[in-house]
Amino acid sequence: MDTKKFKRISEYQWQIEPCGKMRVPVIIFADEDLISEMDEKVCEQAANVAALPGIVKASYAMPDAHWGYGFPIGGVAAFDPDKGGVISAGGVGFDISCGVRALRTNLTIDDIEKVKKTLADLLAHKIPAGVGSRGKLSLSLSQLDDMLTSGGQWAVEEGFGTKDDLQYSEENGCMNGAKPSYVSDYAKNRQKNEVGTLGSGNHYMEVQKVVEIFDKNIADAYGLKEGGIVISIHCGSRGLGHQIGTEFLKKMAETAKDNGIDLPERELACAPLKSHVGQQYLGAMRAGINCAIANRQVLTHLVREALTTIIPKAELKLIYDVSHNTCKEETHKVNGKNKRLFVHRKGATRAFGPGSEQIPESYRCAGQPVLIGGTMGTASYILAGTKESEALAFGSSCHGAGRNMSRKAATKLWRGSDVVRKLASEGIVIRSPSMRGVAEEAPDAYKNVDTVVDAAEGAGLSRKAARLIPMICVKG
Amino acid sequence: MADRKRAYWEHFEHKADIGVRGVAACKAEAFEQAATAMTAVICDPAVVKAAEQIEICCQGDDDEILLVDWLNRLIYEMDIRGMLFGKFEVSIGNNKLQANVWGEKCDRQKHQPAVEIKGATYTELFVGKNDKEMWVAQCVVDV
Repeated sequence: MDTKKFKRISEYQWQIEPCGKMRVPVIIFADEDLISEMDEKVCEQAANVAALPGIVKASYAMPDAHWGYGFPIGGVAAFDPDKGGVISAGGVGFDISCGVRALRTNLTIDDIEKVKKTLADLLAHKIPAGVGSRGKLSLSLSQLDDMLTSGGQWAVEEGFGTKDDLQYSEENGCMNGAKPSYVSDYAKNRQKNEVGTLGSGNHYMEVQKVVEIFDKNIADAYGLKEGGIVISIHCGSRGLGHQIGTEFLKKMAETAKDNGIDLPERELACAPLKSHVGQQYLGAMRAGINCAIANRQVLTHLVREALTTIIPKAELKLIYDVSHNTCKEETHKVNGKNKRLFVHRKGATRAFGPGSEQIPESYRCAGQPVLIGGTMGTASYILAGTKESEALAFGSSCHGAGRNMSRKAATKLWRGSDVVRKLASEGIVIRSPSMRGVAEEAPDAYKNVDTVVDAAEGAGLSRKAARLIPMICVKG
Repeated sequence: MADRKRAYWEHFEHKADIGVRGVAACKAEAFEQAATAMTAVICDPAVVKAAEQIEICCQGDDDEILLVDWLNRLIYEMDIRGMLFGKFEVSIGNNKLQANVWGEKCDRQKHQPAVEIKGATYTELFVGKNDKEMWVAQCVVDV
């Protein structure tokens, strides 16, 4: 991207003043190298978002931003319902509430090394992953409605976890305001047999070792120490979320004109928060959030079963579960006054700072855990939200490394079996039902996660707590 | 009658996802080719046997909405039935699409499916004629 069009506000903050139909500025958080390598489309899409009704302060892009559909992936935008603000299905994405959860264990690197391949095999066997995989549960429509209403709480009541798990999930595991009645039967049918499945693409379950602690106080609050073992799960709301996204994108595109919205691109389809379609989507999207949390909760149960089968002493405690494709109703200070806003984070993580009442009490000294998924060959990070981020970007940070190359380009460069062999030589065991899938997700197809995280910290969006390296990766 | 010799499908680049494009002498066949391009995101379409037939009908305000609807219906049917599709016969008229679609149950050993498709998007969405007077039907699919 040509940096000449930006006004550089600080080392990590780049701004474009409103022009044309833009109502607010575009602000991109990145270092000079990251912004130079960023797709021009990020800026174009962020500027389109800046033109939507009721947008507040700015249209933001995180350091891992790349070309999305409508909103850039890595995009953050807040809307004021009292000023005609909108909600956008594209601003949340097809995989509603896709997110990461991380669990700490009482295990050491040595405990895992001794059983690594056996454990990888059992995890791959236990966790339904890849195209067409079906979960072990088959839910009736009324059971699905219960799950969509209470999310992680439903999963725990069904025996797939502990009450402690809920305490350490965003929204205490249950997104209020979910309206299963606004979720179509098509969407529900897709989910009947998909609860507790990982999916495919960039979704994974990893056994990771903590290789570096950056801030001891934060790490202590999260129960992390160097040489410790963490389990991370990255997945979302599966077929149900995809179907909700598909249906409402169409509905919003069809009704935009009647709602007085002049869409710069059809893919920016949105509806006023105070409209019927807007409220319907909000209720359905919140049900999608519950579906994703329940899905990750059931997967957690499967991981616990597998791990304790191989290592009976293993204990897994949830550090946090955080989504990076959502629209959340939050209160933020705007011009010195508290405002109720709807914050879209598409490929961006909520990152509330110390003292926030929205995070578990034991984390209020440290800030909210921000879980950054890397690739199967590089690092993942656990960061902490900052007070500064709340002022900079409505309490948001990056979500991962971000792709640097298309899937097509990746398969031209690498073969899945070669990627698996190379990673094995580095001590990382990969299990995946698809070698082409592995090639498409090759570590070098992504940006350097270390650089992305450094930029997020440099910009003040979050603080580094710990760096993790994969030992086992089950890919979808 | 469409000139089938000139019809083809291809993928085009998108950083996070992938674009599917069908090109043919007539619109309906371009839609068929776009569907084949979508199957090719998942696996080699030539490996998918035409063992089972289903019918699909959809409607859209214009050709572009109709293309997204068509691809999304295929995504839905693949997911619900656990199938992959390799052969498509489409007819389009009055903003309505009717199709016969053939395929088989997804078999991991046989099809080696790489990735699930979450949805067809409005990104890079285009249905119209190119400079060679061929119909093009394309969009980015989210994987």
